Amino acid sequence: MTQEKNTYSAAGEVGSVLEKRTFWTRAKIELSKSPWTARFGLLIIFIYAVLAIFAPVFAPYGEAEVFPEPYAPWSSEHIFGTDQIGRDIFSRMIYGARNTVGIAVATTFLAFLIGGALGLAAAINRSYIDQLLSRAVDVLMAIPSLIFALVLLSIFGSTVINLIIIIAVLDSTRVFRLTRAVAVNVVVMDYVEAAQLRGEGIGWIMRKEILPNIMPPLIAEFGLRFCFVFLTIAALSFLGVGIQPPTADWGSMVRDNASLIMFAQYDLKAGLTPLLPAAAIALLTVAINFVVDWFLHKTSGIRDEQ
Amino acid sequence: MHPVLKTVLGRLGLGLATLFIVSIIIFSAIEMLPGDFGQAILGQAATEETVAAFRRELGLDEPPYIRYLQWVGGAIQGDLGTSFSGRNASGTDRSREVIDLIAPRLWNTLFLASVTAIIAVPVSLFLGITSALYRNSVYDRTINTTTLTTISFPEFFVAYILILLLASLYPIFPSLANVDASTPLNERLYRSALPAFTLTLVIVAHMMRMTRAAIINLLASPYIQMARLSGASQTEVILKHALPNAWAPIATVIAFNLAYLVVGVVVVEVVFVYPGVGQLMVDAVTSRDIPVVQGCALIFAVTYILLNLIADIIGIITNPRLLHPK
Repeated sequence: MTQEKNTYSAAGEVGSVLEKRTFWTRAKIELSKSPWTARFGLLIIFIYAVLAIFAPVFAPYGEAEVFPEPYAPWSSEHIFGTDQIGRDIFSRMIYGARNTVGIAVATTFLAFLIGGALGLAAAINRSYIDQLLSRAVDVLMAIPSLIFALVLLSIFGSTVINLIIIIAVLDSTRVFRLTRAVAVNVVVMDYVEAAQLRGEGIGWIMRKEILPNIMPPLIAEFGLRFCFVFLTIAALSFLGVGIQPPTADWGSMVRDNASLIMFAQYDLKAGLTPLLPAAAIALLTVAINFVVDWFLHKTSGIRDEQ
Repeated sequence: MHPVLKTVLGRLGLGLATLFIVSIIIFSAIEMLPGDFGQAILGQAATEETVAAFRRELGLDEPPYIRYLQWVGGAIQGDLGTSFSGRNASGTDRSREVIDLIAPRLWNTLFLASVTAIIAVPVSLFLGITSALYRNSVYDRTINTTTLTTISFPEFFVAYILILLLASLYPIFPSLANVDASTPLNERLYRSALPAFTLTLVIVAHMMRMTRAAIINLLASPYIQMARLSGASQTEVILKHALPNAWAPIATVIAFNLAYLVVGVVVVEVVFVYPGVGQLMVDAVTSRDIPVVQGCALIFAVTYILLNLIADIIGIITNPRLLHPK
C-alpha cells in the first residue's frame, strides 16, 4: 500500500494513483508466496475440474460403451484396458471424475446449506431452538456416520438422490457445530445489534452481517468436509451400496476390478489397474488437504492446534 | 458429593440418554419401511394370509412403543429377532436368529480390532509424543507429511496397495483372511495380518496427529513455561508437570480412535473377505435385511458410545483440578 520513501514530494503523492487491488491481483500475490504443496494442490484440483466438466471431450469412448473383450490388457486402443464386462477403463475414469466428484460437491454444498443456516439461526436465536438443535446434533454425532448411512440406505434404497440427502444431513451436524461456535462470537458484536435495532430481518443479518465475518473457517471446513464426504461416498460405492452401475464411479470401479490385483506377478499393469481409481481418489484428497493446510496457515496461523 | 463423582454420574446419565435415543432411531428403521415390504420380502407369490402372518410375527399389529420395549428387552437378553432372508412365499421359515449370525462374527471383529489396537496404540503414542517434543525438526516434518498423506487415502486404497505388494508381487501373506472358529491362534494371526496391518496404518496416522496436537497444546500452556523458568529439567517438566494433565487428552485420543476403528473395520473386512460384523452388515444392507442391519448397527453404536464414555470418564477422574478441589 504505502511505499517506504526517503524523500517526500507533494507532487509525487498527488501524482501516484492509489489503485485498489482487485481480487485477482491479491490472489496472484498470495499465490506467489505460497508453498509448492499448495500450488501442486491447486493445479490438481484445476485438472480434475476441467476433466469433470469436459468429460465427453476427453474420454475416447462412452461411459457405458461395451467392447467384446473383457479384461483387455493395456494397449494403444484401450489405455488402461477394459473392465469385467469390456468397458474402457480410461473413459470410465474420466466420467468418474464427473460423477464421483460431482456428487460429492453437491452433497457438501447441501450439507453447508443445512448446517450453516441452522447453525447461524441457533447462534442468533439462542433460545429453545438452539438447545433443541444442539442436543439433536449431539445424538446424531454419537453414531459413526458410515454406520448411520448404511442403516438409512437399507431403509430408503441406494439411489443417487437418497445418497446425497443422507450424507448431507449426517454431515451437516459438523457444519452446524462449527458455524454455531464461530457465529456465537460474532453475534454479540455491536454492529449486529445495530442491524437488529434498525429492524433488519434475520435473513439479512445472517447474510450481510455475520456470514462475511465467519467465512475463513467455513471455507477451510468446506475443503475438509468435502474430503470426508468424498471418502464416505467412495467407501459406500466400494461396498456396493453407494452409486449404482452403470454409472461410472471410482469406488465401485475398484471393487469391480479388484480380482485383477492377483495377476500382478504376471502382468504388473493389470495388477495396477484396480489401484488407478483408488489413486485418483487419494490424489484429490491429498491435493485438497494441502490447499486447506496452507489456507488455514494463512488465515489464522493455528496450523498446529487444528 | 465429591465433585469427581458428581461429574462422572452426570456423564454416565448423558451416555445412557444418548444410548436410549440411538436405540429408538435404530428401532424406527423398521417403521420407515414402505407398507408393502412384507410382499417384497416373501416374494410376489405370497398369499395375503402369509403376508399377514409375517406381519403378525414381526408384531406390526401392536403399537410401536410396545414393540420398542419388546425389542430393547430382547436385545438386552441377546435376542435380536430373526433375519428376513430364508423366508419364502409358501410360509415355510428357514430364517436364522440374528444373534446366531452375529455372535461368531463379533468375536472375529473384536479379535481384529484388538490386534490392531495392541500394535497401533503404543506406536502412535510414541510417534506423537516424540514429534511434539522435537517439533519442527526433520523427524517431525517427515512424520507429519506421511501421516497427512495416509489420512487422505481411502482405506481400500491402503488395503489394495498392501495386497499388491505383500500378497501378489511378493506372496508373503494371504490376500483373503478366511478364518473360522476352528482356526488355531497363530494361523489366525497369520491370516489376519494384512487386514490388521491396513487398519494399523490408518489408525496410527490419526492417533499420532491427535496426540501430537494435544501435547503441543499442553506444552504451550503458561504453567509449563513457568515450570521451565523455575529451572525444572526437561524430564521433570514432562513427567511431573505435563503428564498429569496429558492423561485426559491421551485417553480421549485412544478411545476416539478405537471408536474410529469400529468404522474402518467395515471397509477392511469387505476388502479381505474377513468374516466379521462389518461384512455381515454390508451384505444385509445390500439385501435390505433390516433385522440384521439393526442388530449390527446397535452393536457398532453401543461400542462407539461406550468407548467415548470411557474416554470422558478417564478424562474426568485423572483431571488434577477436579481431584484436588478447593
